[in-house]
Amino acid sequence: MSETKYTGDHEWVRVEGEAATVGITNYAQEQLGDVVFVDLPEAGATLEQGAEAATVESVKAASEVYAAVSGEVIEINEALTDEPGLVNSAPEGDGWFFKLKLGDPAELGELMDAAAYKDYCAGLD
Amino acid sequence: MTDPVATVTQERAEALPTPLLALHRELGGKLVDFAGYLLPVQYPAGIMAEHKLCRDSAALFDVSHMGQVELTGEDADIALERLVPGELRKLGVGRQRYGFFTNEAGGILDDLIVARLPDRLFIVVNAACKTADIAYLRANLPGISVTELTDRALIALQGPQAVQALTRHAPAAAGLSFLSIAEMDLAGVPALISRSGYSGEDGFEISLPADRAEAVTRELLAEPEVAPAGLGARDSLRLEAGLCLYGHDLTPETTPVEAGLTWAIGKRRRAEGGFPGAEMIQRQLAEGPPRRRVGLRPEGRAPVREGARLSDGEGQFAGVVTSGGFGPTVGGPVAMGYVTTALAAPGNKLFAEVRGKQLPVTVAGLPFVQQRYAK
Repeated sequence: MSETKYTGDHEWVRVEGEAATVGITNYAQEQLGDVVFVDLPEAGATLEQGAEAATVESVKAASEVYAAVSGEVIEINEALTDEPGLVNSAPEGDGWFFKLKLGDPAELGELMDAAAYKDYCAGLD
Repeated sequence: MTDPVATVTQERAEALPTPLLALHRELGGKLVDFAGYLLPVQYPAGIMAEHKLCRDSAALFDVSHMGQVELTGEDADIALERLVPGELRKLGVGRQRYGFFTNEAGGILDDLIVARLPDRLFIVVNAACKTADIAYLRANLPGISVTELTDRALIALQGPQAVQALTRHAPAAAGLSFLSIAEMDLAGVPALISRSGYSGEDGFEISLPADRAEAVTRELLAEPEVAPAGLGARDSLRLEAGLCLYGHDLTPETTPVEAGLTWAIGKRRRAEGGFPGAEMIQRQLAEGPPRRRVGLRPEGRAPVREGARLSDGEGQFAGVVTSGGFGPTVGGPVAMGYVTTALAAPGNKLFAEVRGKQLPVTVAGLPFVQQRYAK
């Protein structure tokens, strides 16, 4: 069974087998507003946990997205090229950013679970 | 993810409220510190929807952070001409004109709108500059009384249906032509209304007593054509309209000639001079400026934002982007910047550096969206 984990920078990561899918949370897309462009990493790139991995551009501003965990990029979400608004409409579904081959499963332990993330966001408002 | 709101605001210890702050909160505005004032960057509808509403219907903006200043005294227009290179003596009663303060190097200290009312001049200046502007006016206009109107709100109702919504409450506003201004009753409140704005659409700017502003704004928002819009839509609208934003497209280092604003100087003033920086401006008018403000259309979908370096096909420096983002009406990225005059012709291909990549951009004419001011 997969479990979704969350970072304090509002990325989510869902691990299925060796693959970790990364995106930004509903809270993050609400903060961003209308997403108009997503700059994704290249497949094959190796990312360190916390490194800049992607850039998401709303009408107003550009924001960096960080790698929630370390690993090699094995797939990017090509659908975002033509339809960046998927990040707004389905942030934790079809609006995912990229998939990593998980480098160090222990890193997942540093992230929040859904309940902890919910509390975390409540504390920010 | 980095905080997108933090990237568009400058932190200050205490942001000031405008007279409409409580209403912004009630309407769900996402509040940010903008030039020292707490203002909504957007409402729940979002920047895209607010932008489109302004192009199709009517959007209401709070611009109370801007400075409203009255000049009274004999020959205030002649005095102001010493600081502003515009033709102000021939400005008719009930008319307003765009202008700017220049420095000795011909750079722009701030831009402003000057209006002539029967007994005074009324000017609107940028929030971030207003303290300096007022001190500058007081120091340089002896005998002229300079009064900042701190007890007034300023709202802008912009869009093709603004006129029908507004005239239900202020019938006299129908008689205003573009850049005309008059005092009139608006929903029973004495208001100063001009047919102007910064969206590229027909519309109005409305100065109101602060203590009546919320009630009047509520009446306007109750009209079916009208919905509130925030700073985000204001910025994307003015960028599509090819209008300059002070502190970005205009600075003390940019001259009106470089900025393409010589239309605001006036024939007599060009010939006579008599304003700060006249020598530099006259020289640039005669010889051409070293760089020019241009529109830029990035290829692809990636926005090219302020600060991006521009280069030519050989990698040589060509200029800098001063405003850039996504144009909701254009449906793609749009930008403005300053480009070396030799490279500034529309159609010229340049490259913008974005996150280490060289993105192709094409020099384009401005505006990106046709301005639709009332005749």
